[in-house]
Amino acid sequence: MEFPENTIVRKRRFAPKLYEFWIRNSLVSRKAKPGQFVIVRTSERGERIPLTIVDTRPGEFRLVVKAVGKSTYELCMKNEGDVLADVVGPLGKPSEVRNYGNVLVLGGGVGIAAVLPIARALKEEGNKLTVILGARTIDELILRDEFGFCDELLLTTDDGSLGIKGTVVDAMRELVKEKKFDVAWAVGPAVMMKFASYVAKEHNFPIWVSLNSIMVDGTGMCGGCRVTLKDEKGSKIEYTCVDGPEFDGRFVDWDVFMNRLTQYREQERLALEKFLAEVGDVSWL
Amino acid sequence: MAVKNRVPVLERPVEERIKSFEEVALGYTEELAVEEAKRCLQCKVPTCVEGCPVGIDIPRFIKQIAERNFEGAFKTVKSFNYLPAICGRVCPQETQCEGTCVLNKIGKPVNIGALERFVADWAYKEGLEAQDGADVKIQEARDKKIAVVGSGPAGLTVSSELGRLGFQVEIFETLHELGGVLVYGIPEFRLPKEIVKKEISDLKNLNIVLHKNTPVGYAIDPRELLETYDAVFIGVGAGTPKFMGIEGTDLNGVYSANEFLTRINLMRAYKFPEYDTPVYVGKRVAVIGGGNTAMDVARSALRLGAEVYLVYRRTEAEMPARRAEIEHAKEEGIKFMLLTNPVRYIGDSNGRVVAVECIKMTLGEPDESGRRKPVPMPGSNFILEVDTVVEAIGTEANRFLLSQFPGLETSKYGYVVVNEWGQTSIPKVFAGGDIVTGSATVISAMGAGKRAAQGITRYLLESV
Repeated sequence: MEFPENTIVRKRRFAPKLYEFWIRNSLVSRKAKPGQFVIVRTSERGERIPLTIVDTRPGEFRLVVKAVGKSTYELCMKNEGDVLADVVGPLGKPSEVRNYGNVLVLGGGVGIAAVLPIARALKEEGNKLTVILGARTIDELILRDEFGFCDELLLTTDDGSLGIKGTVVDAMRELVKEKKFDVAWAVGPAVMMKFASYVAKEHNFPIWVSLNSIMVDGTGMCGGCRVTLKDEKGSKIEYTCVDGPEFDGRFVDWDVFMNRLTQYREQERLALEKFLAEVGDVSWL
Repeated sequence: MAVKNRVPVLERPVEERIKSFEEVALGYTEELAVEEAKRCLQCKVPTCVEGCPVGIDIPRFIKQIAERNFEGAFKTVKSFNYLPAICGRVCPQETQCEGTCVLNKIGKPVNIGALERFVADWAYKEGLEAQDGADVKIQEARDKKIAVVGSGPAGLTVSSELGRLGFQVEIFETLHELGGVLVYGIPEFRLPKEIVKKEISDLKNLNIVLHKNTPVGYAIDPRELLETYDAVFIGVGAGTPKFMGIEGTDLNGVYSANEFLTRINLMRAYKFPEYDTPVYVGKRVAVIGGGNTAMDVARSALRLGAEVYLVYRRTEAEMPARRAEIEHAKEEGIKFMLLTNPVRYIGDSNGRVVAVECIKMTLGEPDESGRRKPVPMPGSNFILEVDTVVEAIGTEANRFLLSQFPGLETSKYGYVVVNEWGQTSIPKVFAGGDIVTGSATVISAMGAGKRAAQGITRYLLESV
């Protein structure tokens, strides 16, 4: 059966409030490259939500979404057969995938999904790949069986329910003591990317991080997703949507970045409370 | 014969309008329109037409209004301009048609803008469709296909012109709504979105195919456009906002005008949480700049309940904004801080802006723009306490699409280089609007669209 564009053709639950979607969209499936993202609107009154593209297959693409605010709750509550109001993409610069030699890939939480296509492409280019995946607990350590192609795979959980007890960055710190890397990728919560970037800086290798800035249009028009990059020569403003989403984490001003993520904390809280009051019990999600 | 005074346009009272996003100017009633139309001298050599970038037969449509032939007037206007309700509202008429009106010599010019708006509003209220209006003579269907990238004023004009000639036109728009700056940049109180929707939906009568959510550059490779279409028009707008680059630009609460207006206009943030996109407007807002965009931002912030300070480094005389916009802003209570420039933004411990440090300016020698250059007065620094800052100081060339377009010649500022017909260094590619000129007006983009449509027609039918 042929579904209209932007139909959710498959939905899978990984853990509470953590879902995978396959969405019908021919433009995205035809052109998406590792590292790029889409912007989704669930409804006519919805926000424009940027989400990293995890995978494609003919006519469809894959997203992994965690419900944290009103808009992502609403998206996670959508079912197979539902049609999203808008999907636009692919957007952003693709990852610079080539043969570097020894590559370290870090994925934290939902970021595991985002690094999957990058890791796969890096392997195809002949890199020697070490991957560290981490989450709070075993249930949230998603997609780990899809990383079978890498040369070395380390798993971490905060609670020790699987793999090394600790964070991805803890494991990275140990690893870089004995192994040299030419480049790294790190995708996950801002605090994880920040500390991974510090480790990479200390050991003097570039580290690409994928920034989940607050953005509106996604094409370089609004300027909301600006990030401050700093090196010894000074600082400059770049835009996540058109200059990123990947930046060398060694040069990101992490304090500024993390502060900008909190811009709408109060409004986000209000919107979520109101939404939850309307929809009732969502403990099943 | 004594020239009568210009008939004033009805406006929503100040105390009412500052509380809502409803349209400020209410236009003319039939009686008022006829009265104003009768002021036109019907010059043998109509200088007003020369002042109109799309060359509307102005005396003709005004005469038709004076004769109460409103439908005829609508047809006349629409045959030159497919978007009269939009243009009647947002064109800078005072520097165009009205600026060259002969009546300027002895009094106030005919209110051509308000009359244009009147005929469009009247026609749409009467249920007239575009094809009832204009002499839409779709000439023999042609098998040439044209891709138009961007659905703002330039792209819409190119499309309507070429569509009328029978070309197959497809518009590609990245956002989820069509209209470009008309929907994300211009506030509801100046240009209701319903009006934009109406005029755009009329394009379907010209068999124009509309693709929303389609970013040319990544989703569609420019090479594919070059292979699939006989001509391509680029009208992607001005692009990325400029920032002054002073300390504190990265604080929360510091916005570009584009972001602030996009949240409010396109995403309806003024209706949050009924709509999901928020905007932060505190009690006191500083808007930096003196153009139309700065006025739009200031008046939007005011309607969201803030006390608004407009910080501009020159005097009111040098402000690039339209006179009417400046007057509206003042009437509504925007506080103008002239000859003042911000030097840094000051944040609290949460990284949120709480004040702007400003410096007083004086005007020195004329600069390259011909305007006297603002010079800071040492030691005149002072602190303005605010919760929100919006910089409305312009934009720079969009790099989203252009960086993907092989072989396209751009200027040193990154704008597309074109000839008088809007043709770029790639013969089948044309461009117009802000991506050629840098940020300008809706009507200049439409004028460019009109010329490019002629250029494309020549290119496809004559020189090939």
